Amino acid sequence: MLRVDIEKELGEFSLSASFTSEGRVIGLFGASGAGKSSLVNMIAGLLRPDRGTIVIDGETVDDTAAGIHVPTYRRSIGYVFQDARLFPHLNVAQNLDYGRRMNGLAADPAQHKRVVDLLDIGALLDRRPGKLSGGERQRVALGRALLSKPRLLLLDEPLGALDEGRKLEILPYLVRLRDEANVPMVYVSHDVAELRQLATQIVMLKQGRVTSFGGVKVLS
Amino acid sequence: MLDISPAEWTAILLSLRVAVIATLVATPFGIALAWLLARKDFWGKSLLDAVVHLPLVLPPVVTGYLLLLTFGRRGLVGAFLADHLGIVFAFRWTGAALACGIMSFPLLVRPMRLSIEAIDRRLEQAAETLGAAPWKVFFTVTLPLALPGVLAGMVLGFAKAIGEFGATITFVSNIPGETQTISSAIYSLIQTPDGDSAAGRLVIVSIVLAIGALIAAEWFARRATQRLHGN
Repeated sequence: MLRVDIEKELGEFSLSASFTSEGRVIGLFGASGAGKSSLVNMIAGLLRPDRGTIVIDGETVDDTAAGIHVPTYRRSIGYVFQDARLFPHLNVAQNLDYGRRMNGLAADPAQHKRVVDLLDIGALLDRRPGKLSGGERQRVALGRALLSKPRLLLLDEPLGALDEGRKLEILPYLVRLRDEANVPMVYVSHDVAELRQLATQIVMLKQGRVTSFGGVKVLS
Repeated sequence: MLDISPAEWTAILLSLRVAVIATLVATPFGIALAWLLARKDFWGKSLLDAVVHLPLVLPPVVTGYLLLLTFGRRGLVGAFLADHLGIVFAFRWTGAALACGIMSFPLLVRPMRLSIEAIDRRLEQAAETLGAAPWKVFFTVTLPLALPGVLAGMVLGFAKAIGEFGATITFVSNIPGETQTISSAIYSLIQTPDGDSAAGRLVIVSIVLAIGALIAAEWFARRATQRLHGN
């Protein structure tokens, strides 16, 4: 479960959003500049709300009135950025293993194999990020986030930097992820078709305000 | 081909020892300071930056004299260290290392700072979302990505330390076997009537060491670019 009720001033722009969702994939929809990324960064803890609360999976991670702000690294979230952000000095296998090492988790070969198979990245394990295509990079980034065993996965326009062909290549993996990985997701996009395929619930943002909330039907 | 005498070897080995110790001790401070200057905004930052660069622009004899006043036997810090910890800098090779470390510090810090500034901070954010506490982010992302710059800084600092003259001779004098480095040995030799050939040999050694260091620093800088692009 995710509960968000926040306000934030960002220069001229003000963001004010409130919603509660039990959905498996919450689609955060809106034009660029609507405040989607800022909202996701607040859920991740990279940005601090001016006022309000954020509750992930029953844990209050932000509550400005009570002075609570759990730092990003203790939120147990996974974040897939538009620009993959793989560590250039580590190969794919080391990138995948990073979250597990940082959280001091025991090795879980079964889970590792499941994720590697799910994303079809077994052949890439020895490569450096610089030698991967855009689509491959994004799949590795997904795997890296999943293997840190997050309780919530944030995806900020993960297909945004890819061309049409590559998008169609990655989309099936995301659908499988939704159906098999059993991790709730917040999926940010300005692409209606993408969200129709993936989301189970939609939060529509317009100029920093939530304008509609509900099933994928609100997209039409 | 170079017929180096035992006395000249003593000066060369002492220079190497002084420069190695100066560089190794200065490196952790250099990394910390480079990170501070690259990443943090705080009151007095430009003043700190200026102080770090001071040895580069002050007359070396002034730096040496200030060291003597501070770390000499009767200096404020020197007396304390000698009485309580038994550490003596004045007229010892350790003092030469201190002088060399301070004189080479600006050169050591600069490549480190530049390489930290060149790191994409979004990578550090990504590390944080994966559960890495700030100090883990530093040791697993920031430092490895800055490593070529750190090594380049160490090489440049070492090259500067091995050639340092003015501050060293002012602070710890020119005692063969204790504080006489290559530079002060050359200085002594060219003031002695028959010292030319010995001075010439040490000059060649200095040039070889300096060029070697510049090549190494250049190589590390190229490695840095490769590393940041993940090839």
